[in-house]
Amino acid sequence: MIGHALDFAFGCYGLALLLNIYRIVNAPTVGDRILALDTLVINAIALLALFGILEGTTVYFEASMIIAMTGFISTVSYTRYLLRGDIIE
Amino acid sequence: MIVDILIAACLVISGIFGLVGSIGLIKLPDPMMRLHAPTKATTLGVGGALIASMLYFHFVVGQFSFHEFMIVLFLFLTAPITGHFIAKTHLHLGHRPEDLPPTGTDRPWASYESDEARAAIEAAAEAEAEAARKGG
Repeated sequence: MIGHALDFAFGCYGLALLLNIYRIVNAPTVGDRILALDTLVINAIALLALFGILEGTTVYFEASMIIAMTGFISTVSYTRYLLRGDIIE
Repeated sequence: MIVDILIAACLVISGIFGLVGSIGLIKLPDPMMRLHAPTKATTLGVGGALIASMLYFHFVVGQFSFHEFMIVLFLFLTAPITGHFIAKTHLHLGHRPEDLPPTGTDRPWASYESDEARAAIEAAAEAEAEAARKGG
């Protein structure tokens, strides 16, 4: 039963990633593009967690932690750059 | 058996929420509306996936891992901050201060108040508090 649920979740997050990439390629405003990149990172973390369940190993959690931190910092620096024209003042 | 059902339910719910968040990012009409879908639904979805992984490693594999909890905590702490910053970007790039609803005070929206104006208002409030303390 866990196997089928895992397949379903993989399908959902794969589709979500494709929708995010579509939104990054044609976004109406710059803010939407940053938002789509942030969502892409969060969906990638979910996919890594699901892959960890599939393989039965906890190795991938360090990777997801680092991706989470990089995603947060990059979103904040993009928005800071747009708001102030400078990242570190 | 119950644990299996619980893990499968967590996985299915998390998948649905993650997909709904990304569909909302495409479908909703207004930039501020589009901000709602990923910051709430996708965060909940990823939380569900990580809780399912925590349950799986504790009950099926038999080793307790604390990493998922840390990732969930980090994501739940940072999602409001990124949402706030992206909302501020939308506000500054897409709206003029005159279009926004009134604040109900003399001061403008905090995001549009200049540093000099804020410093002047805070200095005045400080002086008033000082005078009240001396008088009392």
